Amino acid sequence: MKETPLSNCERRFLLRAIEEKKRLDGRQTYDYRNIKISFGTDYGCCIVELGKTRVLGQVSCELVAPKLNRATEGILFFNLELSQMAAPAFEPGRQSDLLVKLNRLLERCLRNSKCIDTESLCVVAGEKVWQIRVDIHLLNHDGNIIDAASIAAVVALCHFRRPDVSVQGEEVTLYTPEERDPVALSIHHMPICVSFAFFQQGTYLLVDPNEREERVMDGLLVIAMNKHREICTIQSSGGIMLLKDQVLRCSKIAGVKVAEITELIQKALENDQKVRKEGGKFGFAESIANQRITAFKMEKAPVDTSDVEEKAGEIIAEAEPPSEVVSKPVLWTSGTARIGEGVENSWGDLEDSEKDEDEGGSHEAVILDNIKMDTGAGVSDIGSQDDPIVLSDSEEEEMIILEPDKNPKKIRTQTTSAKQEKAPSKKPMKKRKKKRATN
Amino acid sequence: MAGLELLSDQGYRVDGRRAGELRKIQARMGVFAQADGSAYIEQGNTKALAVVYGPHEIRGSRSRALPDRALVNCQYSSATFSTGERKRRPHGDRKSCEMGLQLRQTFEAAILTQLHPRSQIDIYVQVLQADGGTYAACVNAATLAVLDAGIPMRDFVCACSAGFVDGTALADLSHVEEAAGGPQLALALLPASGQIALLEMDARLHEDHLECVLEAAAQAARDVHTLLDRVVRQHVHEASILLGD
Repeated sequence: MKETPLSNCERRFLLRAIEEKKRLDGRQTYDYRNIKISFGTDYGCCIVELGKTRVLGQVSCELVAPKLNRATEGILFFNLELSQMAAPAFEPGRQSDLLVKLNRLLERCLRNSKCIDTESLCVVAGEKVWQIRVDIHLLNHDGNIIDAASIAAVVALCHFRRPDVSVQGEEVTLYTPEERDPVALSIHHMPICVSFAFFQQGTYLLVDPNEREERVMDGLLVIAMNKHREICTIQSSGGIMLLKDQVLRCSKIAGVKVAEITELIQKALENDQKVRKEGGKFGFAESIANQRITAFKMEKAPVDTSDVEEKAGEIIAEAEPPSEVVSKPVLWTSGTARIGEGVENSWGDLEDSEKDEDEGGSHEAVILDNIKMDTGAGVSDIGSQDDPIVLSDSEEEEMIILEPDKNPKKIRTQTTSAKQEKAPSKKPMKKRKKKRATN
Repeated sequence: MAGLELLSDQGYRVDGRRAGELRKIQARMGVFAQADGSAYIEQGNTKALAVVYGPHEIRGSRSRALPDRALVNCQYSSATFSTGERKRRPHGDRKSCEMGLQLRQTFEAAILTQLHPRSQIDIYVQVLQADGGTYAACVNAATLAVLDAGIPMRDFVCACSAGFVDGTALADLSHVEEAAGGPQLALALLPASGQIALLEMDARLHEDHLECVLEAAAQAARDVHTLLDRVVRQHVHEASILLGD
């Protein structure tokens, strides 16, 4: 599906806001969005949320034969995928430019900077080495994919544990996780990408652009650094013309941001380590807050409320003040008490079988009729006088509201013939109710 | 390759150059009669060929046409014999796609695309021998080819690579220096205004050294500009002689 184009007025609005140093979500020019890192139950699986941009990273390993010209080094493989759930514009055939750019940037950032010691991945030189594969999936696109992806890759690699291997002469033994604890990868440093978006031919710059800001930007500068202030990758893209001092200023800002993010990553890894050691619960399910409704949309029910007020007014005018609510609990046995009485059972069949041995079968028909009408109405027919009355769409049934002390009122939506049938049946109903109340 | 000294004590590099010295550059414009513009450049042992077609009507889907400017389409291909070991895929792999995208970005910024709305300019670059600095050679060759085609540009686009060894910035890296694994920077510059059209850096470089490496690359790009300028003037002079001017 093609991306919906940004309207001119929205574009102008965003650019004007940026000129006045205002961002849509209220951030300052150099502020990052909230970063949240959560881990899965397996080692090497993590989800990173940068604002609403969500990325899943997964690391896996395999023993393979090494490349011919690098016989003593392990193999690293990176793959970033733009899943279609991230944005409607990400269709299998349409993504190539962005995908290539992001993949190459991620590869250069992590592989060329030698963040992982590939020599330590060698098992038998020339024959068996570990192939580490990092898969990153974009789950939701709200701008700045590359930052989130680099954080996810680094976190997943730090979190991952590979099976332990021992070599005795010619024999290679691969231990399962039950036999020996899996071993962490040896990571030299953690390169993190920081994105700078440029607007109005390089006059204004923003850190961590979100999706709207990305649409109106002129170009992007990505600087990947680690916390030792070593630059791992610089990449400028888009049609911007940069000046040398702009690049130097961005690298200083990136240094500060990377230090903060690295601290956050360390803390998250430590927390997860602690939880696992203490035997607590970990995994994605635990990290989703249980008390919060994250997405809930209630359908609008088509209800005709045109004459509700009238009807309500009628009822309220003739109503008595509500009866006192019984709040004293009645103690049956120790540990079992009853508060109130509950409402009348509207399951006619049960009432029939339970209660009506001494009353004649003549009441059955009445009750059944009653029930037929009840099931038509969408609302229980016993309610206090002050409740708003919702009329059902059906025009065949009647609504009956039973008053404990008076003759029940009937609200007709249509026919008058039913009324005569029902009139005599009410009294016995009332009687029965009274009977139960004295129980 | 451990133990290979990239910068000796006297300040000489592996191939005998000084730290800020460029390799020998030879270039020729108008090598193909068929194309609108073409150029061939040799930077040391790196040889690149660029061909430009355009501005012409948009090929393929008309929907890609931009109403106010021209579309620039770049394709990069490196021959299978260009590297030490035979390459299996000359084009279509990720690295070539990325290179094509970067070239497009560079030239979209430099060519005055507003003068040719709803049309397309094709730039094809072929690397015949890759001995380090392939991106720079491609950009330089493409600049000459675009000039040969007569397409108006803001300024020359000159590119050069730079590295950092032992506290000194090296300009114009060869393959040996690139393979050693140190930091490498590729810079495409518009010399007159000093604006950077593309900046790309790999491997670890401490932030404090960034400035001197950038400066070395910028200076090298300006030196390349002097050479390219001379080549263009030479070409125009020859052409005007033939026209009997």
